Amino acid sequence: MNTAPISPIRLFIPQDVAALAVGAERVVKAITSHAAADGTPITIIRTGSRGLFWLETLVEVETPAGRIAYGPVNPHDVPGLFNAGFLLGGAHPLRLGRMEDHPWLKGQTRLTFARCGIVDPLSLADYEATGGYKGLRHALAIGPAAIVETVTKSGLRGRGGAGFPTGVKWKTVADTKAPQKYIVCNADEGDSGTFADRMIMEGDPFGLIEGMSIAGIAVGATKGYIYSRSEYPHANRTMRAAIAEAYRTGRLGADILGSGVTFDLEFRVGAGAYVCGEETALLESLEGKRGQVRAKPPLPAHKGLFGQPTVINNLISLATVPVILAEGAAYYADFGMGRSRGTMPIQIAGNVRHGGLYETAFGVTLGEIVEGIGDGTATGRPVKAVQCGGPLGAYFPPMLFDTPYDYEAFAQRDGLIGHGGVVVFDDSVDMAAQARFAMEFCAIESCGKCTPCRIGSTRGAEVVEKIMAGREVDANLVLLEDLCATMKFGSLCALGGFTPYPVLSAVRHYPEDFRRRHAAAAE
Amino acid sequence: MPSASHRPTWDPFRAEAIIADHAQMPGALLPILHALQEEFGHVPEPAVPLLADALNLSRAEVHGVITFYHDFRHDPAGRHVVKLCRAEACQSMKGEHTASHLLRRLGIDWGGTTPDGSVTVEPVYCLGLCATAPAALVDGEPHGRLTPESLAGIVEEARRA
Repeated sequence: MNTAPISPIRLFIPQDVAALAVGAERVVKAITSHAAADGTPITIIRTGSRGLFWLETLVEVETPAGRIAYGPVNPHDVPGLFNAGFLLGGAHPLRLGRMEDHPWLKGQTRLTFARCGIVDPLSLADYEATGGYKGLRHALAIGPAAIVETVTKSGLRGRGGAGFPTGVKWKTVADTKAPQKYIVCNADEGDSGTFADRMIMEGDPFGLIEGMSIAGIAVGATKGYIYSRSEYPHANRTMRAAIAEAYRTGRLGADILGSGVTFDLEFRVGAGAYVCGEETALLESLEGKRGQVRAKPPLPAHKGLFGQPTVINNLISLATVPVILAEGAAYYADFGMGRSRGTMPIQIAGNVRHGGLYETAFGVTLGEIVEGIGDGTATGRPVKAVQCGGPLGAYFPPMLFDTPYDYEAFAQRDGLIGHGGVVVFDDSVDMAAQARFAMEFCAIESCGKCTPCRIGSTRGAEVVEKIMAGREVDANLVLLEDLCATMKFGSLCALGGFTPYPVLSAVRHYPEDFRRRHAAAAE
Repeated sequence: MPSASHRPTWDPFRAEAIIADHAQMPGALLPILHALQEEFGHVPEPAVPLLADALNLSRAEVHGVITFYHDFRHDPAGRHVVKLCRAEACQSMKGEHTASHLLRRLGIDWGGTTPDGSVTVEPVYCLGLCATAPAALVDGEPHGRLTPESLAGIVEEARRA
């Protein structure tokens, strides 16, 4: 090569677990050995993912014209890429150009995920060069009361699903006197179809650390816990390494950033219990107990972890705090619609052609998400149902695709946006089987504390089973409705209380799937 | 993830050392259980009284916690562990079909271990790989867009290794 550069060419390749799942490690190996054989010096920087998972493994090469992307790259593409001169941004069928210009990213508003997939997640230099710690420095300058006011004015609501205003929660804890307060990050992202928390832990862990530190300053809490999942071993490794790095550089511990403020942060991992994503069950689990739901009141804000006032927020809420403090409440609140302000990282998953993370202002319609952004099903068959908000969320038929992505608009149609998961199903899905699964999942994961959830879910699965077998379908459908009402109004938490959403939405929108055997028998 | 064949058998002194390492943490029980399972591949029954003593809990309380969480095994797993996702996003991409293929091939049910002790298949509900479904962790390594054939190949490769 006659244009051999003096310094190594820099390549950016994700080590997000979804990229690893489609072979990123083999791509890295192939590129490394090919470059070594050519005698071309390269440096590979491992990043999080930009969230366009159908393009993984996405390989970006730093050139004078910007970072030029190629994807999806498989190991067998590597020799061809070298032949095409991809290290200098050469033309190749997999060449995508600059990702900033890619329509899927251009259409987004990346506030919480601004750095994800771009920076080395464990480089504090990268973090600070892209605005990191600007929010915390501002928070230290304005003090606790003004921080709470900023978060309140931003309109940020809990991104775990309940949508409770974050600022109000913080104010309650700030106003409660106690010798010890806690910040707890709920990273127990158990909803199928969601991976936003995981992507932040793998792609921008310092953003979460900064957000939690700001929360600590705001309410007077000196200790924080992150409660993650055992199903996320890769995210957990990156997050733990980031915490160690933050301690090493004086960004956690006593006297953070030389401010005199103390904030300690500990990382904990759950053990495969979905219900621990419910905030009070999570607190029980952190205390070393069975993850059983607590009756409210008292609210965690008054009596939370170890009986002390506790801010417990979803990971995305906390990771969004730095940009709000850095850019101001109005900047954030300017995005969105109605009472849903700011942006939501929508996670498009399941049977979809363009699956991934799409952060956008509230208000985009469900149809735009599924048919436009997601580009329909991966199998190419028609969309039959879309489950929004995880296993406790309703199934939406294409008839309701005009629903705007907004907490209230979804609630009006007996649905929820939850943690932002959107799972697409094609027309091969049997909705009665999905209703049965919703009940079975509730039965497996019920903490057992309240009867409607513990018993109702098992009975519910049995009733759906009978309906599927064509036994007394009309009577059993009435029974199912009744059982769902009991679960909805009688359960202690959202597990039993919301399982009726997927079940009843399936019954309502797909009655034919519940009458198949019945109709067959009548013929 | 070390394979189970390299894991030590029950060693009360090692268990006590692990417990002592964590006992001062607030809410120490889960971190200790994870550490014990990491060491022994499961949470051995004789650990229960040691935990109860160290944390000032009843044996029933310790037993209650161990049995509440799906992760903690009562018996050692096979040399290779396949954690297969059964949640909705993977269902939408025929995950159940892929899973039943593997189980039939291995002649086991969910949670079971092959008679030769080489493979255990455990259900999980979401690995966060929902846009590359169906997905699994095989000995801790992620695999996405699985088909019955690709999954069988991955498991066979692990078995031979």
